[in-house]
Amino acid sequence: MADPTGVTVSTISRLPKLLKIHEAQILKVWMDEQLASLSRRAGLIGDAELRAQSKNFLSEFHKATQSGSLEDISGPQWASAKALLADICRSRAEQGFTPMETASFVLSVRGPLMDRLQQEYGNDAAGLAAEMRSSNLLLDKLALYTAEVALQNRETIIKRQQEEMLELSTPVVRLFPGVLALPLIGTLDSARTQIVMENLLQKIVETEATIAILDITGVATVDTLVAQHLLKTVAAARLMGADCIISGIRPQIAQTIVHLGVELQNVATKATLADALFLALQRNGFSVQRLAKESAGAK
Amino acid sequence: MERIPILRMGDFLLVTIQVDMHDRVALALQDDLTNRIVKNHARGVLIDISALDIVDSFIGRTLANIASMARILDAQTVLVGMQPAVAITLVELGISLPNIRTALNVEKGVSLLRAEVENNIMERDANYDI
Repeated sequence: MADPTGVTVSTISRLPKLLKIHEAQILKVWMDEQLASLSRRAGLIGDAELRAQSKNFLSEFHKATQSGSLEDISGPQWASAKALLADICRSRAEQGFTPMETASFVLSVRGPLMDRLQQEYGNDAAGLAAEMRSSNLLLDKLALYTAEVALQNRETIIKRQQEEMLELSTPVVRLFPGVLALPLIGTLDSARTQIVMENLLQKIVETEATIAILDITGVATVDTLVAQHLLKTVAAARLMGADCIISGIRPQIAQTIVHLGVELQNVATKATLADALFLALQRNGFSVQRLAKESAGAK
Repeated sequence: MERIPILRMGDFLLVTIQVDMHDRVALALQDDLTNRIVKNHARGVLIDISALDIVDSFIGRTLANIASMARILDAQTVLVGMQPAVAITLVELGISLPNIRTALNVEKGVSLLRAEVENNIMERDANYDI
């Protein structure tokens, strides 16, 4: 095999031939090593499944080395081996393996393989060194590939969860005829503010509410950006003819708001949602009264 | 050129914007409305923009200007029926129309306008007493 870079392999690699002859033998040694390994997580994966994974990987590895380049795993010859690794990665992630453990599964084949190479080359130290170098690089690439797939899987999961959170985290509740409440929870970034605003305005149209209470009890921190987002929501609701009351301001948050110099002068603010509801009822012309019957019963 | 009709309802003027607000249409409305306020001695102006899907900064500013002009001519302005998307756009453009009263629909707008105008008359009478 001619090496395009002319750096590593000067002689033809004996790895494909070796795999062809000794595949079964290598698999047996590899399995024994894996089963005896201290880092094996017997609770997570059964012997039969581990054997199947190892066997499949070794045969795909064998096939790919027969036809493909040993330096570059981006070619089509490696596609099916990589697909298998991605599969293993996914199932192992579901079983609770860490990316590191999945990568070490690939790397653990190095031991049996190197033993074989040593037997094959015997006293040819220079040949053995070159062969080991190229095989090591190859296995490293495959192991890194599994790590990358594992990370990608995680990113997709995180992304999906973020989207779900966005949908779940912005309910608009009707507290009283004409009064809406918006319990905000978590962090308020631009994307969430946008959704909050849309939901709120839509609900104002639906319920003909005249007052909306933004409750920020569940908002962890309020910085200038969050305050700006809140004020934007207030301004948009006002344009729709609804007044806003901001409630659930914790003492710490009140301190932060003043220290940051955020102007909340034009918005009614209340410490608790109860106070805000009371103010909303008052503004709509309602008054709350205890029934006489109940006070008589208390006597 | 198309013009936006201005209807008279007692002391109030009712403007319903049903067409696309081009810049020239908006300026013509500003012109017509100020004339009608003076001619009819209107006490309040109700602008219904429920059919307006798209606004830009010019339209936003024109609406604010109309309100300020009406104010100078002693008429209250109430803007009603703004679409959620329009409200979001205006806020993102930094136009929050702080000097205009708003209401969700015409019905609420009229009652708000009545209250405002009555309030205004009472205030004025109180001033005359002194």
